[in-house]
Amino acid sequence: MIFLYAFLVGGAICVVGQLLIDVFKLTPAHVVASFVVIGAFLDVFGIYDRLIDFAGAGATVPITSFGHSLLHGAMSEGHEHGYLGIAMGIFKLTSSGITSAILFGFLVALFFKPKG
Amino acid sequence: MSKINRQTWRFNHSIYLGATGTAVGPLEARGPLSGNFDKEFEHLDCGEKSWAKAEQSLMRRAISFCLAKAGKAEGDIDLFLAGDLMDQTVTSNFIAREHRVPFLGMFGACSTSMETLAASAQLVDSGFADNVLCAVSSHNATAERQFRYPTEYGGPTKLTQTFTVTGAGAAIVTKEPGKVRVSEATIGRVIDWGIDDASNLGTAMAPAAADTIWTHFQDTGRKPEDYDLIVTGDLSSVGAPILDELLLEKGMDITNVHQDCGTMIYTPDQPVNAGGSGCACSAVVTYGYLYNRLAEKSLNRVLVVATGALLNSSTPKEKETIPCIAHAVLLESVKEGAES
Amino acid sequence: MLNDPKNYKENVKAYQPKLPYVTNCLNAFWVGGSICLIGQVIQTFYMNIFHFSKQTAGNPTVATLILISALMTGFGIYDKIAKFAGAGTIVPVTGFANSITSSALEHKSEGIVLGIATNLFQLAGEVIVFGVVSAAVLGIVRLFIEQVF
Repeated sequence: MIFLYAFLVGGAICVVGQLLIDVFKLTPAHVVASFVVIGAFLDVFGIYDRLIDFAGAGATVPITSFGHSLLHGAMSEGHEHGYLGIAMGIFKLTSSGITSAILFGFLVALFFKPKG
Repeated sequence: MSKINRQTWRFNHSIYLGATGTAVGPLEARGPLSGNFDKEFEHLDCGEKSWAKAEQSLMRRAISFCLAKAGKAEGDIDLFLAGDLMDQTVTSNFIAREHRVPFLGMFGACSTSMETLAASAQLVDSGFADNVLCAVSSHNATAERQFRYPTEYGGPTKLTQTFTVTGAGAAIVTKEPGKVRVSEATIGRVIDWGIDDASNLGTAMAPAAADTIWTHFQDTGRKPEDYDLIVTGDLSSVGAPILDELLLEKGMDITNVHQDCGTMIYTPDQPVNAGGSGCACSAVVTYGYLYNRLAEKSLNRVLVVATGALLNSSTPKEKETIPCIAHAVLLESVKEGAES
Repeated sequence: MLNDPKNYKENVKAYQPKLPYVTNCLNAFWVGGSICLIGQVIQTFYMNIFHFSKQTAGNPTVATLILISALMTGFGIYDKIAKFAGAGTIVPVTGFANSITSSALEHKSEGIVLGIATNLFQLAGEVIVFGVVSAAVLGIVRLFIEQVF
């Protein structure tokens, strides 16, 4: 069942993005930035965690989960070390995503040629 | 040379297109005008290491075909006029570096094709040069990179968006009799009617084309029916009907003779959204397809109106609207016995 | 009346192609949904084979999707799918990887340091900026509220 929910919820989040592009004439950059901020906002009330429980990858794969993870990491350190902890923990959970994006992006750029 | 009103030049001497040369990329080679081009590359990279070098390769090929067909050597050329869409028109500058010919770099965005041709004809007419070589180029990947996103980026495309033509066109302008005459030119004014969407250049440029075409007919006293064809440069399937409507409102009907290079060069099923654009769009259609039709006299009088959007990649982000321009050149086939 | 420079932008709207809203949304839905479905399959695989917990399985899943997306960008496939998928390929984390890889690839001709490395975050930088700024502000506010009440 989780597979169906992942497909439906992930697809629905993309439809919201498509409407932002088509109806509100946002650029992809604006859409992605808005989604990250929205993801962080939804984490404040624990809504995003419930969405992850329900839809699995349908909630963790869209870029909204990046904002959610940033705040999650910041809060976990924040509870231990106070305000300084926020800076210490902000990349705690997203580290693997950013690291792999830089690493694979760099390696692909080294070995491939743009096709046009 | 005589000036008619403010914007139109009628050349005193008979000025000819001595020869033309064209080179295109793979998508254009599979389009409906295939076979009218001198060199059709199979790959977008034209066998070069970078897109910038590929664009240079296109212009280099177009020029070498042009010189060979005219039977001219580098030493016969008095002036080289060229332009392209790259920052500081580097493609033209780098090609000019390979020739020992005086060089004037020009920029009018996608209208550069007719800007260079009109200026070349004027220089030959006034006697400051005997043979002028003019050339323009554009490459889809260099233009995408400069004006939009990296080529491999998966950004969404808009229906109004055009597709930069990969190609280059070159022509030799001379007083030596040839098959096609350059008889008049109408230089456009910069028109900005407030369009700020860089992915909708056809709509932005249509008023500029309308202004130049209207002025051309006012100055010459002719009617659209006097021409076999009026081609616009790259208004695309979005801008071309707007141009027709703009002129219809003023009481001029060009719908029967109007075509757009951007829609002529591709078939509707090719993935180019609204159609082709870029300096090369009007250049390869004019110097390839139209030159051939004029030379064989299946067309006799063609007005080429090259349109250009005078923006750069940051001005739309700074909320500037898009200034546009259109230059028109009248090409005529040479009647038998009238060559002397 | 189109010949009205002041109102051209407004009046010309009747001559613009109509956006296929429904088709665009459907394409975004099934492509975006499929990417998430693939993500779920990978996540289940990591949970069952490598015994990741539901909380920690997200990390290797995202990394795997990023690898797939970077490779598809290198082979020149990602932008072809994106042509019709719209937000379906922008919103998932694969779009983030595509923006990084494509920027780096595009500037390869300028060298490894000044080309690839310098331009890696040309498009993706904004994601990190907005993410960090919003998370930091919300984190401070939340911590403040928790401490006061």
